[in-house]
Amino acid sequence: MNKIVGKEYLSDKVVKFEIEAPLIAKSRKAGHFVIVRIGKKGERVPYTIASADPQKGTITLVVQNVGKSSGKFCELNVGDYITDLVGPLGKATHIENFGTVVCAGGGVGIAPMLPIIEAMKKAGNKVIAVLAARTKELVILENEVRQFADEVIIMTDDGSYGKKGLITNGVEEVIQREKVDLCVTIGPAIMMKFVSELTKKYNIQTIASLNTIMVDGTGMCGACRVTVGGKTKFVCVDGPEFDAHQVDFDEMLMRLKAYN
Amino acid sequence: MPSKEYLQAERNQPWREALRKTMKNKERTDLPRVKMPEQPPEVRIHNFREVNLGLTPEQALAESHRCLDCVDPTCITGCPVEINIPKFIKNIERGEILEAAKTLKETNALPAVCGRVCPQERQCESQCFYVQKLKKQAVAIGYLERFAADYERESGHISIPETAPANGIKIAVAGSGPAGLAFAGDMAKMGYDVTVFEALHELGGVLRYGIPEFRLPNTIVEVEIEGLKKMGVKFVTNCIVGKTISQEDLKEMGYRGLFIGSGAGLPNFMHIPGENLIGVMSCNEYLTRVNLMQAADPESDTPIHRGKKVAVIGGGNTAMDAVRTARRLGAEKAMIVYRRSEEEMPARIEEVKHAKEEGVEFFTLHNPLRYEGDENGHVQRMLLQRMKLGEPDASGRRRPIPIEGDTLWVDVDEVIVSVGVSPNPLIPSSFAGLEVTPHGTIVVDGETMQTSVEYIFAGGDIVRGGATVILAMGDGRKAAKGMDAWLKKTL
Repeated sequence: MNKIVGKEYLSDKVVKFEIEAPLIAKSRKAGHFVIVRIGKKGERVPYTIASADPQKGTITLVVQNVGKSSGKFCELNVGDYITDLVGPLGKATHIENFGTVVCAGGGVGIAPMLPIIEAMKKAGNKVIAVLAARTKELVILENEVRQFADEVIIMTDDGSYGKKGLITNGVEEVIQREKVDLCVTIGPAIMMKFVSELTKKYNIQTIASLNTIMVDGTGMCGACRVTVGGKTKFVCVDGPEFDAHQVDFDEMLMRLKAYN
Repeated sequence: MPSKEYLQAERNQPWREALRKTMKNKERTDLPRVKMPEQPPEVRIHNFREVNLGLTPEQALAESHRCLDCVDPTCITGCPVEINIPKFIKNIERGEILEAAKTLKETNALPAVCGRVCPQERQCESQCFYVQKLKKQAVAIGYLERFAADYERESGHISIPETAPANGIKIAVAGSGPAGLAFAGDMAKMGYDVTVFEALHELGGVLRYGIPEFRLPNTIVEVEIEGLKKMGVKFVTNCIVGKTISQEDLKEMGYRGLFIGSGAGLPNFMHIPGENLIGVMSCNEYLTRVNLMQAADPESDTPIHRGKKVAVIGGGNTAMDAVRTARRLGAEKAMIVYRRSEEEMPARIEEVKHAKEEGVEFFTLHNPLRYEGDENGHVQRMLLQRMKLGEPDASGRRRPIPIEGDTLWVDVDEVIVSVGVSPNPLIPSSFAGLEVTPHGTIVVDGETMQTSVEYIFAGGDIVRGGATVILAMGDGRKAAKGMDAWLKKTL
């Protein structure tokens, strides 16, 4: 059983949980995710692991309240137990010394970006983090990101914090200023699509972490399938990270609406 | 095959001899085969309760008289787990139903499951004397197996097979499907300390997420797993061997052997245009949502499409399960689309019959070419190619050939793709040194089920690709024998 040992509101609708899961804390790597089920009638929902403490035996998940299941999750408190938690799932991020890496994280996507920023920095990269959100309150984990990133650029839609503009404005600013060897992007599908289109223009290798609908998360059902380079791939076992320039984002955006 | 001496000794028991004399063989062979009572089609399409209702005690007794208690019980050769079939049937004939149930459990960890889902017409019953020599309908071995197992469960006197004294040797099992459960049961009987690790939040593998309630109620699976727990088998859910716990973790935790029964979960798609439209999904996704996640229950958080015009692509048991599920979820038109003819269908004859009775339409000799969607990306219609049969192919079945230019559009709002499964890559990809075939199945020694990594054995769909519950269980039993012999040699 997985007990909640820490809960912190990062914004009105975004909650950071620290959860006991010693085996996962020990084996997880940057890019891995877990599947969580809340309540006996609950559905299985994927969350990327934001960080882990192997000594303490805990993992951190950042949950944005966007619907029924995430709503139920956010209502849980310290001392409560998660009904089911399984992982680590997916392929870990490919980490090596690329040179200069731009990490473009939007909204709650900043949370799963955090372990990648950390791992990229430890591998000797120069890491520039571009964090974007609709408004100031939704910029999360800024201090944690600053611990590892060489530079942090913050973009808000309304200009209430950092610079006014979209994530692509921040990324393009970096590209025009210096040589970028790799871009990693995590956030809403539409955001990743535009980041991908931008970097394609500059011919910069780009990795996107896809957030499709999932059921089992172990390759059993194909609910999470996407078209990458013209081939059908399962995000849960072949991903979640793919070459963004090969991903059919329009199909993915369509499939995300399957149960709306 | 159990030894001749053992079978002979059992057959020579005075009660068996006496029973044989109570009726002439001619009287026995003149008896008609029993018919399974079932829910009427017009009733059952509105519920998820079991279709087959089970034999009454009178019916079971009558059917047990048909078994001739042959000197050479060929039926046993048709059973992958080698149940002593005449012994259990003759126990029913003498009214010792609990003894019959005990006999089943000597070799079969899940008799209530097998009695329901085995394709007996291709296994034990195909080897029955009635079929082989008399050209008559086989003894209803499957129905009788189910009867004995159900009787025992409902009696409240469930026998737990005897286990050898604990030897303290820890064994891990990856996957709680039929292969893993059969393996665990046999190892527990031999005194091993067995722990089964399951990736999902419920136990049973395909018995749980795949086969629907109307064919195999979850409570039946639960009770049989309870039996294994009483034999000392431990179960851990939400734990993926190779991911949550590594090969090194297993060694550190003191496990001396690992059995991989992780199945062939990965669904195949046809890779035709429009297959990623909304409303097109794998049978695994569809059945997992309904069976495991109980998506049909309004209280469940897991959503499901309730298509009105549903096409299921494929002709196996899973396809029948999916199409009959769709009917129960309110589909007005539920269709099977299969590229060969009905004769080549891999599904059980009984399931095809049930599907037809429930109003399922059969587009045999049809194959989908592509799907088209509406402006929201939801599937709207499919283009089918008419087929004819050519010469037999490598599988021995006649090859389907497209009839050039002969196509038709059919309206659909949901498509379930049930064209087979591939081995789940999770474990093979996370164990170094494990030899796998180009198809992703694990390579084993056919006798012992040992893999290229000495302490790892494997069985079921991860070795065979998509096969049956009972073959998986047979593999589990073989692997238990193989691992026991290997451990005795090395320890």
